[in-house]
Amino acid sequence: MTRAAPIIEIRDLLKTFGAVVAAKDINIDISRGEIVGIIGANGAGKTCFVNMVTGYLSPTSGSITFEGVELVGKGPREVTHAGISRSFQVSQVFHSMTVAENLRIALAIAENRGVNALRIMESDALEAKCNDVLKRYKLEDYRDMTVSVLSQGIRKLLDIAMAVVSEPRILLLDEPTSGISVEEKFDFMDVVMGALKEDNVTVLFVEHDMEIVERYVSRVLAFYQGEIIADMSPDKALADDKVQEFVIGKRH
Amino acid sequence: METFLTILLDGLQFSSYLFIVSAGLTIIFGVMKILNVCHGSFYAWGAYTAAFFIGKFSDMGMPDAVGFLIIVAAAIAVGVVLGFIIEQGILKYMYQRDEVLIVLATFGLFLVLEDIILIAFGTDPYFAYQPMALLDSVEMGGIIRDVYGLSLIGVATMVAVGCWFLLNKTKWGVILKAVIFDREMGISMGINVPFVYTLTFIGGAILGGLGGAYIAPTISVAPGLGTEVIVLSFAVVVVGGMGSIAGAAIGSLIIGILRALAVHELPQVELFVVFAVMAIVLVFRPEGLFAPAKPRKI
Amino acid sequence: MLRDTTSKVVLFGGIAIILLGAMMPNWIVNQLMFGFSRALAILGLLVLWRTGLVSFGHAFYFGLGAYTVAIVDIQLGVTDVFIRLLGGAMIAGFAGFVIGFIMRNYRDIFFAMLNTAISMVLYGIIVKTESLGSTDGFAISLPTIFGIAPETKYPLFVIITMIAMISALAVNFYLKTTVGRLTTPIRDNEIRVEYLGFSVAHAIHLKYTISAVLAGGAGALMAMSLGQVDPDSMINWTVSGELVFITILSGPGNVIAPFIGSLVFEVLRTYAFELAPQAWQLIVGATFLTIIFFLPGGIWSLIAKLGRKNS
Repeated sequence: MTRAAPIIEIRDLLKTFGAVVAAKDINIDISRGEIVGIIGANGAGKTCFVNMVTGYLSPTSGSITFEGVELVGKGPREVTHAGISRSFQVSQVFHSMTVAENLRIALAIAENRGVNALRIMESDALEAKCNDVLKRYKLEDYRDMTVSVLSQGIRKLLDIAMAVVSEPRILLLDEPTSGISVEEKFDFMDVVMGALKEDNVTVLFVEHDMEIVERYVSRVLAFYQGEIIADMSPDKALADDKVQEFVIGKRH
Repeated sequence: METFLTILLDGLQFSSYLFIVSAGLTIIFGVMKILNVCHGSFYAWGAYTAAFFIGKFSDMGMPDAVGFLIIVAAAIAVGVVLGFIIEQGILKYMYQRDEVLIVLATFGLFLVLEDIILIAFGTDPYFAYQPMALLDSVEMGGIIRDVYGLSLIGVATMVAVGCWFLLNKTKWGVILKAVIFDREMGISMGINVPFVYTLTFIGGAILGGLGGAYIAPTISVAPGLGTEVIVLSFAVVVVGGMGSIAGAAIGSLIIGILRALAVHELPQVELFVVFAVMAIVLVFRPEGLFAPAKPRKI
Repeated sequence: MLRDTTSKVVLFGGIAIILLGAMMPNWIVNQLMFGFSRALAILGLLVLWRTGLVSFGHAFYFGLGAYTVAIVDIQLGVTDVFIRLLGGAMIAGFAGFVIGFIMRNYRDIFFAMLNTAISMVLYGIIVKTESLGSTDGFAISLPTIFGIAPETKYPLFVIITMIAMISALAVNFYLKTTVGRLTTPIRDNEIRVEYLGFSVAHAIHLKYTISAVLAGGAGALMAMSLGQVDPDSMINWTVSGELVFITILSGPGNVIAPFIGSLVFEVLRTYAFELAPQAWQLIVGATFLTIIFFLPGGIWSLIAKLGRKNS
């Protein structure tokens, strides 16, 4: 098996807030098509990592090279344009609009950059795409419902669907299953991962639930105090002593 | 030297009157997060009520000193009556709504109250010079100042000290600070927030009324009084930092002295300078020079 | 582009009003001119209001437009209605574009207040400057149309109505574009808009500039309709408040709303001054409160309701 050139290379990433070190010595290469689980206790630096990759925070030093383009110094919008999208721990959607309206805006923005934003938004093509996304993310039943009345699970699905419409090559999901009931979590992840597989997106997701990690990822990054303490396959990672101690919290 | 002293005293007097009015505006904003446009009406109502009764009592042959009692009574009456009616009758129902919409509602109230003044007091100006005449004037450093004007500085100082004492030395201050810092936290601590709001609004309104009532003897009380004072107080609280008493004091001093300077030295820029300072502060330090600490919500 | 109902109503309604105007008495034509002129500014405020932005200082642009007409008339002797209008709208638009770089970073009451501050700076300058007419302002000579000085007000009325139609159609189109649709999204969640790949600052800057151009055009047309400019009825903060009032009165639902709202305002004012001259502000203020409390969609929401019932 030959390894293709990595899609994203992260080198010596450091982030400090005053005396607090939120990320340190982070070096990762990720190949196209990988599904990476990011685990770690609260405050281990997972969300900080996601925020740095997606331009919400800029690192104190280090570099993030995506498809040969340096991302450090770029804001959320430019990172999105480069081809990286994200979802949020608490879904960030337009709560006073319907599900379909949310998707239409997301699709229109993805398609109409620059001066094209001055073209009429609604079209049959947009509507067809919107219906397609609704179908793939099993959101058809909620199509015309206002987001503020929907459950957290549906909002999170919408949040992810909106992140994907720009056809990113990398998608970062920040705790996709938080706020979703135990009974629903596998169904939820099946819908999301099934839809993403069709698009061949490289996925990085932050997750607390080891059952989810075990089932869906091909590689695990374990964070502890801002550093990566394990970078290996999920079965090895979950058996690893350091991961057991610092992430899962079991003492032996 | 004499010009300098004149500018300084004019500036201080103007600052004092701005401070009394703005302190009320900033307290209401700090506690209730309402930018209250009809604060200008409290000022105008204070001025009209005081001027009207000072004239009436003087006609009845009462001693001029009664004027001072009337000024205080007018401020309290205006604050309690108008403040209570407006807060309980209208604003109470708006707290859940967008803060810009609340500003617009208070603007609507301002327009209504302006015309009720016209209907109640007519369009002719009122003169209530008696308290001012009573205090006579003094010579200071070669210039003659009327004592009444100077006493304004004393009143403003009293208001400032009173506010400071209330906020820092009383149980009430603790409650207010808790509500200012975080309304939800205040509720969870068992504070009766609606009651605090009503009292705060009345308190702020009394200060607005006091500004108008105290200035009434020095001016001709005529329609349109509140229109100028409200934008000037906006400038003061923006410069100082909205919701901060210390900020209102500093803002008043900056704006009052700058304006006095402009009036004497460069009258062309009199109005311009106040709002230019306001715009510059908003651009470079939108939270104002002395903004109170905000809780982190994330 | 003109196939939707709103565009059709604007087109046919506008033409009908122009034709009817030829038969209407002078005072009605005057009311329509004032109403339509002011409505342009309201159209601009509607663009901002939909995004949740309320400017308490758009008299700045209204005044700039009006004073540009006065100054090109007095200093340069320009009488042509189109050059005056274009001058007013462009000067205001340019100012809006420049100030927009700052304004696009502000929201809520800070946005409202910074606009107030800027408008009051202009007010302060004009009130204190003799060469700018001070508190009295200027009288403006009658406008000419392609070099011809019309004998009645009707030609100016036709031009104002046509400008109003074009502006309404343009804004109606803009509101259907992707950036024009970024209204509720920006109000709901700016972070998401950025992560979708659109700059909120750019969107607001565009909206702000559009509103400045329209307010400037409105001021220019108003100056020509009235034949005079003065700071207290064109730039003072109360004028900005009045513009916001008409915006709320009209409702954000449709580009036709500002025209209806402005006409209602003109009629209201005319009758209020006749019946109860001292109660004008009281009527405005009470209407304002009533709308905020009971009719958040403005007059337009009533019309929309009627429309739904009939269809």
